Amino acid sequence: MKHGTTSIKNIYTFYRNGFKGMVLGKKLWKIIFIKLFVMFVILKLFFFPNFLNTKFDTDEEKSNFVLEQMIRHTSLNNPK
Amino acid sequence: MFDVDLSMVNWARAQFALTAMYHWIFVPLTLGLSFLCAFFESIYVRTGDTQWRSLTKFWMTLFGINFAIGVATGIILEFEFGTNWSNYSWIVGDIFGAPLAIEGIFAFFLEATFFAVMFFGWNRVSKRFHLFSTWMVAVGSNLSAVWILVANGWMQNPVGMIFNPETARFEMNNFFDVVFNPVAVSKFVHTSSSGFLFASLFVLTISCWYLLKNRHIKMAKRSIVVASVFGLLSSSFVALSGDTSAFEVAQKQPMKLAAIEGLYKGEGPAAIVAAGILDPTKQPGDNKDPFLFKVEIPYLLSILANHSFTGFVPGIEDLVYGNKEQGIESVASKMAKGKSALNDLTAFKQAKKENNEISAAQSLLKFKVNQDYMGYGYLNKPEDAIPPIAIPYYAFHIMVALGTLFPVLFAVFLYYASKDALTKTKWLLPIGLISSLLGFFAQQSGWVVAEVGRQPWAINGLLPVHVASTNLATRNVQITFFMFLGLFTLLLIAEIKIMLKQISIGPEED
Repeated sequence: MKHGTTSIKNIYTFYRNGFKGMVLGKKLWKIIFIKLFVMFVILKLFFFPNFLNTKFDTDEEKSNFVLEQMIRHTSLNNPK
Repeated sequence: MFDVDLSMVNWARAQFALTAMYHWIFVPLTLGLSFLCAFFESIYVRTGDTQWRSLTKFWMTLFGINFAIGVATGIILEFEFGTNWSNYSWIVGDIFGAPLAIEGIFAFFLEATFFAVMFFGWNRVSKRFHLFSTWMVAVGSNLSAVWILVANGWMQNPVGMIFNPETARFEMNNFFDVVFNPVAVSKFVHTSSSGFLFASLFVLTISCWYLLKNRHIKMAKRSIVVASVFGLLSSSFVALSGDTSAFEVAQKQPMKLAAIEGLYKGEGPAAIVAAGILDPTKQPGDNKDPFLFKVEIPYLLSILANHSFTGFVPGIEDLVYGNKEQGIESVASKMAKGKSALNDLTAFKQAKKENNEISAAQSLLKFKVNQDYMGYGYLNKPEDAIPPIAIPYYAFHIMVALGTLFPVLFAVFLYYASKDALTKTKWLLPIGLISSLLGFFAQQSGWVVAEVGRQPWAINGLLPVHVASTNLATRNVQITFFMFLGLFTLLLIAEIKIMLKQISIGPEED
């Protein structure tokens, strides 16, 4: 138990010292966070909603919609 | 022609291409530099020479910059799947869901553990454990590329699945068929080894710059030797896997092979076009010569496509209009079967709606007879099955020409390095300096061949791109296209700027 606690403490210290000692890394982390914010908060939320998830609640509804899309293309291309 | 605005589909395609091409600037460097760092560090651990250590740390810093800027840029492709390609996304969800989830989980654990040791662990863990971590990052980065290439390989050659009309999905029925799909295997080897090659050129470029500037001479020479050996070996793998890829394309996507060779009329033995200018006015079936000028190498296309000197290689016209002598079915015949399959699908859906299970079962049985031709049912005319010719043709020839040049370049660098004459061969260093740029063009050309050459299909023979897309307003896709263009350009500028600064600083000690 004590050994486990020491290991966790060592891992924590390893990461803490690693992050503290970063020079260029700090700038890179800033870029990563800004990028992730732009991607997930701005782009994903406002510009890239999952089309089917926003229109339908269940898998059955999604299946029906996609199948209708596949068939609709057929009827337009191949009028009976 | 279609109920979807074609300009929207084209904008969505352009957006996907833009994202993939930018993403593919960062990825090959990650794939290759990770291994180069592992080689440099292995030499340090073996020799104990601290200059190898500072050299390793320098290249590791550039690797870290590239990784940080490039990380998660591929996720944008997944955003696009959900928004612009929702039909496709749903239809293939069962096939791609597992591989992409594995990739995400794998990448997370890898990055959280071994990356940390690689960058934070100098002087904190033993030399050997640090080296082990560097190797694990290299192996793991490359393994995480497996899954996305498995997905791409499946789109080029859909196997190990069955279409379920009840769920409107391709459902995986054999995981191993999907993972060991021969197209996916050759694609992974070709793509990752081309990434190694590109990273070797990157090391060559920066090292040549140091030599030209008379800075960090010893470090630059050592880097050139390792990069040239790795680059030369990688070039061999690229060539061998390129041969396998060409063979697979000939068997699974013969139209793509005909397009990248500008081959309209099939022949056996077939010559490969070493260089040539296409006639832009050429149309299938017009009997005009497709080339304004060409230089050919006899037999080579037959060897590539069939592994025989005299094997017949079908041309675009054979594949579109059929060739009874060679047993090639025409697109018109496939279209008839495809339309029949889609009519049966419609009947199945209608019967289900009316709760007529007997009729539904009958329609399903009929559908299964022609389901492999389903995609052809969406084409309006046989010529719709032809991809653009000029783009993949020129891209293929640029890729092959550069791919032939690179091993020669690495061999020349190794030769002069062995004579310790790199600093004296002033003519060679500027070539090394621009080699990364050439590598960039070769890399991008490869993807252009793979993706433009498989048009009009999102899933080869089963789903054309216009059916795969979402019916959105063109304006929406245009807006996000330019947003991505701006975002990625900013990221690229950031990468170049930070890298140039680090290169200017150079290794810590000399």
